[in-house]
Amino acid sequence: MENVANVTLPGLAQQILVGLSRTTILFIVSSGLSLVLGVLRIPNLAHGSLYMIGAFLAYSIATLFGGGSTGFWLALVLAPVGVAVISLAVERGIFCRLYDREHLMLLLFTFALMLFFRDAVKLVWGSDYRSLAAPSLLEGSFSIFDLPFPRYNLFLLIVGPLVAVGLWLLTNKTKIGKISRAAAVDRDMVGAVGINVSWVFAFVFIIGCFLAGLGGALVAPTQNITQGMDHTIIMEAFLIVIIGGLGNIWGALLGALIFGLTDSIGILVWPQFAIVFPYVAVVIVLTFRPKGLLKATW
Amino acid sequence: MVVGLGLVVLLVVAPVFLSRFYVYLLALILVTGLLATSLNMVLGYGGMYQFHHAVFYGIGAYAFALMLSKTTLSPVFAFVAGPVAAAILSLVMGLICVRLSKLYFGMLQLSLGSLVWAVVFRWYSFTGGDDGIHGVPMPPFISSITSSYYFTLIVAGICLCAMYLIINSPFGRVFQAIRDNPERSEAIGVNVRLHQLVGLVIAGFFGGIAGVLFVAVEGSVFPDLMFWTLSLEILIMCLLGGWFTFLGPMLGAAIIVTLRTIVGVYTAYWTMVLAIVLMVLIFFLPQGVLGYLQARFLTPGTVVLREEE
Repeated sequence: MENVANVTLPGLAQQILVGLSRTTILFIVSSGLSLVLGVLRIPNLAHGSLYMIGAFLAYSIATLFGGGSTGFWLALVLAPVGVAVISLAVERGIFCRLYDREHLMLLLFTFALMLFFRDAVKLVWGSDYRSLAAPSLLEGSFSIFDLPFPRYNLFLLIVGPLVAVGLWLLTNKTKIGKISRAAAVDRDMVGAVGINVSWVFAFVFIIGCFLAGLGGALVAPTQNITQGMDHTIIMEAFLIVIIGGLGNIWGALLGALIFGLTDSIGILVWPQFAIVFPYVAVVIVLTFRPKGLLKATW
Repeated sequence: MVVGLGLVVLLVVAPVFLSRFYVYLLALILVTGLLATSLNMVLGYGGMYQFHHAVFYGIGAYAFALMLSKTTLSPVFAFVAGPVAAAILSLVMGLICVRLSKLYFGMLQLSLGSLVWAVVFRWYSFTGGDDGIHGVPMPPFISSITSSYYFTLIVAGICLCAMYLIINSPFGRVFQAIRDNPERSEAIGVNVRLHQLVGLVIAGFFGGIAGVLFVAVEGSVFPDLMFWTLSLEILIMCLLGGWFTFLGPMLGAAIIVTLRTIVGVYTAYWTMVLAIVLMVLIFFLPQGVLGYLQARFLTPGTVVLREEE
């Protein structure tokens, strides 16, 4: 534990900022997962695969447009849209036939989907890793307490709250958002008043998967785009959703904060076991509040 | 009965005819099948969503491998250490998880299991970290593939008989009653949580034995043994074979392990094949292969039916 002595205040601040940027990605991905879980009741294991596809798509689109700044911004918009289109096909083709099955079956079905996407990505993009450069506007870093902090991370810190507010507006202020929240509580009743619940579900599923794709596109410049991305993120996103409260968007934010910060502070305190810290946090939360910190929708 | 006896005889004489590779494959099927059957004790017969069962497999394997490679004690202790370590871990995890049900139980269990995995994955000085431990020194009587196959066959056979007896014991009956209706069981005076906890410990114990057998066959351990994807894979084996039948998980394990090995020879995309098989299965055979065969060819009375909640 000799590393503890080296923790300085600026170092801590820097690490917290890094943790918060990580939180942004985690929040965007897990809020999508939470939305799908809350309204459709599908524990979508393929969510992480869509995140991975989002990252690979972002790479391909950016490369297609020359790899410069324009390419990046286009990729940031088009990659999530691409993921949403894939998810529309999956939802209309398969999931809409399985809604009345048991949760375990749905879970296993999404696991099958995860395996499928995994090999599909290997088929399309090969097994090498890819990397995507941040646009020139966001390249480089500026200094906080004399320590460098990448500009791109600051960009992430702005995007996170924007997405949160956007989601809140969508679910609370628009008609379709209100309908989908109603469908989360009682789908039969929503159907009884003459609303096509099936299409409401499709809409929610697409929004959720769009968020996974957006998370993947956003994370692309900060790390290598690899085959294993889906495994790591899906487990993290699931745990975040569970500790936040199933289907609760603000719960996803809170869970992402806990996960992101314990991870980044863990790296500072005890690097070797940094990955253990978030899991410990999750276990502590669930031991005392087994149904999550905030109110679950079901 | 005749089919069963024939199968046992076939398994016993198999190494005489088969090449080393197929003997190894058979041993792997037995090990994985034992693991899946132990999971199915709590999943199919207990109705508990044990999402991270592989952690007991891994702990059993690690305890066994560490005892053999880091201590000079007699191998007997190593054989005992594996299942006991798994049972103790199962007890601790069970105590934390058992007050929850269904998806929440599964999720807490999954996060606890991932915690154990993360520790093993990073503790380089003790567990070898992500490299694992290779070339575990084996006791002489299981040093060749044929002898380790027979060892696996005998142990797996004993374990299957034991599990069958447990499931059909008064305890097992109460356990199944809890699955079908926890409230009613509680009302007639059954201690639901205690029964579930005991069930979890038993399942963990047998999972640990499967882990020991894996090391006996493979000679090495690595953290992937307790990664959550393996847990879901064995869950799928239960489902594929039929999770309301005793031998279903064994059949599921045989199908998936064989599929992986055979398809893996021809294409690198074997998971895609597995995925498609699974999707078809969920659509058309939600009872599993053995469950379907039972429902089709045996009298309808023997099929376990379950009410929807």
